[in-house]
Amino acid sequence: MIMAKAKPIEEIIDEIKEFKRILIAGCNGCVTVCEAGGMKEVEVLASALRMYFKKAGQDMEIGEISLTRQCDKEYIKELRDGIGKYDAVVSLACGAGVQFLAEMYETKPILPGVDTCFIGVTEEPGVWTERCAACGECMLASTGGICPIARCSKRMANGPCGGSSDGKCEVNKEIACGWQLIYDRLKALGQLDRFEKPVSPKNWKTSRDGGPRKIIREVSRQ
Amino acid sequence: MSYPSNIRIVKVPCTGSVAPIHLLRTLEKGADGVFVAGCLEGDCHYQAGNLRARKRVDYVQEILKSIGIEPERVVMYNLSAGEGPRFAEIAVEMTEKIRQLGPNPIKRQGDVKETA
Repeated sequence: MIMAKAKPIEEIIDEIKEFKRILIAGCNGCVTVCEAGGMKEVEVLASALRMYFKKAGQDMEIGEISLTRQCDKEYIKELRDGIGKYDAVVSLACGAGVQFLAEMYETKPILPGVDTCFIGVTEEPGVWTERCAACGECMLASTGGICPIARCSKRMANGPCGGSSDGKCEVNKEIACGWQLIYDRLKALGQLDRFEKPVSPKNWKTSRDGGPRKIIREVSRQ
Repeated sequence: MSYPSNIRIVKVPCTGSVAPIHLLRTLEKGADGVFVAGCLEGDCHYQAGNLRARKRVDYVQEILKSIGIEPERVVMYNLSAGEGPRFAEIAVEMTEKIRQLGPNPIKRQGDVKETA
């Protein structure tokens, strides 16, 4: 799922200091799992901000809510009746949620409360790591289920490069070489022949190079 | 055993159940300081509750720093349930420490009450 991390409180204070009534809106989707933007984080941020502004002697009303998701209109609509009394909203959703909220409430400033980072997994409690770069054309079938786009620092479709040493990446010794992982996994699967077959140049049009992307599923349309 | 009368005890089954928001709310509601009294490290009945509590206290201290409130107002202590005198000693120590820091800075001028 989409992983994010909380923005420094100082940055959020700077975003909102010109207002008097702020709504902190969390999202109960992905960002709740990575402990960046769910109800718990809304409560903590709201409490910290209230204390900051009270200490500064500045009147600031801070409301708290967390929506089921901020990437679906039906849940964003839940703010319709209450949002009017706030000057701005700090959204703790991923970048998609922040933008969708802004699209639905055109005249309301919607400010980001988290930095959206990547599509990843919960490796262990408190540790989240990247797995998918959403390139739009999955090649996991030929790479032993390990993605060279997300796991290789150079996004190489054919690797490893000369910077791979003892299974680690030259970018940082903490990072496993994605292509070493692919080699080891293909070997374990008895599919090393796939490793030996060069992959044709990747068509990046399905990734960001083709501009903002869109999926249409006719059967689901209304 | 006697300890300062200004301390209000909130009982929890394990310090592992103390969430960051509980600590922040004590301060937001006007407490001048709060200490979390967990079991001795290595002695948690639930294995790691007191270790989790310590991490959460550290986390809350970071938040306090970022909003300009003295992080020392939230502290973690470890002692066993049988150490009544040690509890009283910590309560005195904490009260003294907080007295030196002064009242909770989020209280407005008119709100400040004598804390001891």
